[in-house]
Amino acid sequence: MNTSLNWIKALIPGLECTDREYSDAMTLSGTKVEGYERLDKNLEKIVVGEIKEIKPHPDADKLVVCQVDVGAETVQIVTGAPNVAVGQLVPVVLSGGKVAGGHDGGPMPEEGIEIKSGNLRGVDSYGMMCSIEELGSSRDVFPDAPENGIYIFSQDVHPGDDAIEALGLKDTVFEYEITSNRVDCYSVIGVAREAAATFRLPFKAPEIKETGTEETEKTSDHISIEIRDKDLCSRYVGRVVRDIRIGESPEWMKKRLRASGIRPINNLVDITNYVMLEYGQPMHAFDLSKIAGGKIIVRMAHDGEKFQTLDGQERELDSEVLMICDGEKEIAIAGIMGGENSKITDDIKDVLFESATFNGPNVRKSAKRIGLRTDSSGIFEKGLDPNNALEAMNRACELVEELKCGRVLNGAVDVHDALPEKKRIPFEPERINEYLGTAVSEEEMLEYFGRLEIEYDEKAKEVIVPTFRQDLAGFADIAEEVARFYGYDKIPVTLPGSSATPGKLSFKLRVESVARETAEFLGFSQGMSYSFESPKVFDKLLLPGDAPERKAIRISNPLGEDFSVMRTISLNGILSSLSTNYNRRNKNVHLYELGNIYLPKALPLTELPEERMQMTFGFYGEGDFYSMKGVLEEILKHIGLKGRPTYENTGKRPYLHPGRQADISYDGTVIGYLGELHPETAIAYEMKDERIYVAVLDMPELVSRADFDIKYEGIAKYPSVTRDLSMVVPKTVMAGQIDAVIVQRSGKLLESFHIFDVYEGDQIEEGYKSIAYSVTFRNNEKTMSDEEVSSVMKKILNGLEGLGIRLRS
Amino acid sequence: MKDKLKEIRERALKEIEESGTAEKLNEVRVAVLGKKGELTAVLKGMKDVDASERPKVGAMVNEAREEIENALNEAKNKIESKVREMKMAKETIDVTLPAIRPLTGHRHPNQIALDEIERIFIGLGYEVVEGPEIEKDYYNFEALNIPADHPAKDEQDTFYITGDILLRTQTSGTQVHEMEKGKLPIRMISPGRVFRSDEVDATHSPSFHQVEGLLIDEKVSFSDLKGTLQEFAKELFGEETRVKFRPHHFPFTEPSAEMDVSCFKCGGEGCRFCKGSGWIEILGCGMVHPHVLEMSGVDHLKYKGFAFGVGLERIALLKYEIDDMRLLYENDSRFLQQF
Repeated sequence: MNTSLNWIKALIPGLECTDREYSDAMTLSGTKVEGYERLDKNLEKIVVGEIKEIKPHPDADKLVVCQVDVGAETVQIVTGAPNVAVGQLVPVVLSGGKVAGGHDGGPMPEEGIEIKSGNLRGVDSYGMMCSIEELGSSRDVFPDAPENGIYIFSQDVHPGDDAIEALGLKDTVFEYEITSNRVDCYSVIGVAREAAATFRLPFKAPEIKETGTEETEKTSDHISIEIRDKDLCSRYVGRVVRDIRIGESPEWMKKRLRASGIRPINNLVDITNYVMLEYGQPMHAFDLSKIAGGKIIVRMAHDGEKFQTLDGQERELDSEVLMICDGEKEIAIAGIMGGENSKITDDIKDVLFESATFNGPNVRKSAKRIGLRTDSSGIFEKGLDPNNALEAMNRACELVEELKCGRVLNGAVDVHDALPEKKRIPFEPERINEYLGTAVSEEEMLEYFGRLEIEYDEKAKEVIVPTFRQDLAGFADIAEEVARFYGYDKIPVTLPGSSATPGKLSFKLRVESVARETAEFLGFSQGMSYSFESPKVFDKLLLPGDAPERKAIRISNPLGEDFSVMRTISLNGILSSLSTNYNRRNKNVHLYELGNIYLPKALPLTELPEERMQMTFGFYGEGDFYSMKGVLEEILKHIGLKGRPTYENTGKRPYLHPGRQADISYDGTVIGYLGELHPETAIAYEMKDERIYVAVLDMPELVSRADFDIKYEGIAKYPSVTRDLSMVVPKTVMAGQIDAVIVQRSGKLLESFHIFDVYEGDQIEEGYKSIAYSVTFRNNEKTMSDEEVSSVMKKILNGLEGLGIRLRS
Repeated sequence: MKDKLKEIRERALKEIEESGTAEKLNEVRVAVLGKKGELTAVLKGMKDVDASERPKVGAMVNEAREEIENALNEAKNKIESKVREMKMAKETIDVTLPAIRPLTGHRHPNQIALDEIERIFIGLGYEVVEGPEIEKDYYNFEALNIPADHPAKDEQDTFYITGDILLRTQTSGTQVHEMEKGKLPIRMISPGRVFRSDEVDATHSPSFHQVEGLLIDEKVSFSDLKGTLQEFAKELFGEETRVKFRPHHFPFTEPSAEMDVSCFKCGGEGCRFCKGSGWIEILGCGMVHPHVLEMSGVDHLKYKGFAFGVGLERIALLKYEIDDMRLLYENDSRFLQQF
């Protein structure tokens, strides 16, 4: 929403402020100014000049030498403009002045362009005649300006006049961010009302004179109106204006339209645009002669129907689009755009003005489906006050009379159901002060309300809200009005009183936090990736067609196929990030991510899916399968999973190397997996021939077992005994099986064990490998005797024999 | 005997002083104190000494022995110390050579910002909780005073799964979940992912993070909201930070506000960073709309509350002067290592 400050000032007599003051004050009272632009920026010493004489340049074919009367004197100006003629009135920048831009309309320099007297091929020139682009404007809003040449005044101006004033450029245009609840502020009147209240100045909406009262001919003689879908059209006001005289609008109106970025076209069109700006009520004008049967019918379109809008485009409709029809056909898409078949032309005789209230959401959805958003639909979609429709119509008709562009017939045809009435809200000044933490007096509050046209019923202690303030519905809304005009900045600063609550992380977040810290300590950096990804991920991960991971939730309106499914497996984010790093030649990259996967209970979704937090690791560079394993075990230890996890290669994860993958179990439950990335998957992620290691911890399983309780166990008093076990082991036996025997057979005496050598090769017979363990025992009650140690070693060896293991001689 | 002892002692002390190396010193020790050493020989000869003289002679021998031993030890320490010094003299290193650093992980800038925010609000008695990312329309919109057809629904371009299930566009839904639990008062913040269908560019991402805050209690006012958030801003951006509250509109709060902080680059003078205004927009907030309280089963006449929502990426981008939002999701190690 853009408005001219001059227009606002015209509605608030006595408003004196700088652009900056206006901007700051309006923003602080709730009408946020996004920015403002002075139309006369960098325009200095520019006057109206009359061309008195034109002579050819003695030395240049394309230049002419003009004598220009600029009021106080006549100056000589050399120009290359093709369109100058004696007697023309043109804008002239005098020597030492400034213009905003070049004549090509390109980007304007920040400091403008200084104009000095000079010498063009031997002839002195004391200034420059200006094109509209040089004045910082464009042919968009000055359609009378020539495409390539000097702007020629058609306005009533005289040599020496201030040209900038004459063009209406002594003004500042403000752009506001109007919030969706303040539809009344999508109008000059609405913004001016806010401005008046902000600056504590009187404001009065323009009083509209009645029109057409002398006429005997009535609108209802020509037209009848029927609304078939009252939910979607709560009011339709039609009024006929006859004997139209199309012409130019007066300069004051054109200036305001231009400042608002609207191109003046002719008096009739300009009036509808002007009223839309002023009242925030879009209007439409039909050629009355094209309306068949003297009937306006508001009804839905039919599916698949085609309709040509007045911009010449053919639009496809459906049965949820509201149409304006006559006795035979559609003539406009309600609230969006009129039809080619009823548009006004230069030889128009009679018009039907429409000022209606259409359902906001319906207009919004229709405009979206048809793919046609207009100024009109943009306003209707906010939801307008039906009471505004008649006022706007009356204003338009008043302007028709003022501009003498037609004969307004007596009375409108106005069809509507019950109109909204003024709401009453209890006025509770004490409660308001308590709510805001303020001490604003009752009188002061009432003063704010008065400026906002909110009345007060002292007997009932109720405020009465005008219908254009649809946003005011209850106590809190009234409190906000007080806050806005008292000033948010003046409200005190306090801290909430004491209902002490303990501040803390949820247990889940605490576990995650410790896991994160541990991962970072171990060299992994935290990554973040999107929750939605491409379904192609499943192929990259080599998942078979019936893999459960492929049962993923699809977004119905994704940004594109690449962001269309909610991840069911967390690897893609980390792998894509590793790939990015790999292709940028970053060395030794270790990443982890904490993020959800989304597991639907059924598809399509009937209830919310399960969101499972996954801690995903991935790296290339230093490390291998076993270092990855070490990282996982370190994390388990830090979150209090003190037991020994077990590992099993089930070979069921297609995205991992079949011989280098394992599920991690704890207490018999799978809590995650790790492995080397399958070389085909590595290729799919553009990391050919690189060994990538990944791991995933299923956080809910960890959180349910996590425990930050630590009990001191006492430092052993008696010495430990260590024995080495050097074994020849069948290749099929996994170290995990040996571990299990050692743990089970040693019982309480086992303190720790570790493998210190694994060997396969020449010295070992085919089908076997050599593994060496170091096992440490300790009895907490006494020093262990040789016999005790030998006895437990014997138990272990017996157990190992069962696995086909013997001691190395 | 006495002379002999004196002679042995003086010679030994002289030899010790002249020894110079550990080897020579040892030779002296053996020659004097060894099994076949001179002093040992004297001791052995004690049996020939008259019994009445023995204690006296014994004491003299011990005295000499002690003196020689002390001299030996002292000389030994001196020599060893000299050896160490010579060793160190050869061991000088270039202390300006680079450090050998273990590979350490780095925290994501979003996480650092979040940790900061959590730290501040935990200190103010807020509990950190979470809500679902895939959410019912009711919690994301309707219970927040955004009924079907409300224009705000279109403003937050929503990703839908079904007509009723969507990717949450804001963390505000956790307010409703918390209030529905019925445990009052409430002081909570809720961080998490949110989603809006914005194309990826330097300032937009279809997935980003917010932190929602909610306080519900019997006596709460707009001035408390101002105080709390001012405290937060000063803690996050520095004690000299000033805040400004501007009226705004959110369907679920009334009155609503946006909070700006004084530009932390120029201190409010106006610079390119703050586009000349001296202020930087940080968050949206307001008093919880009575209708929202009511819908979630909180007695709006007895209880009041305020809520706020902060964009985590916005804080991270501003605080760490990151100029392109896409960097946050690329996970380039050269980027992450800076945090």
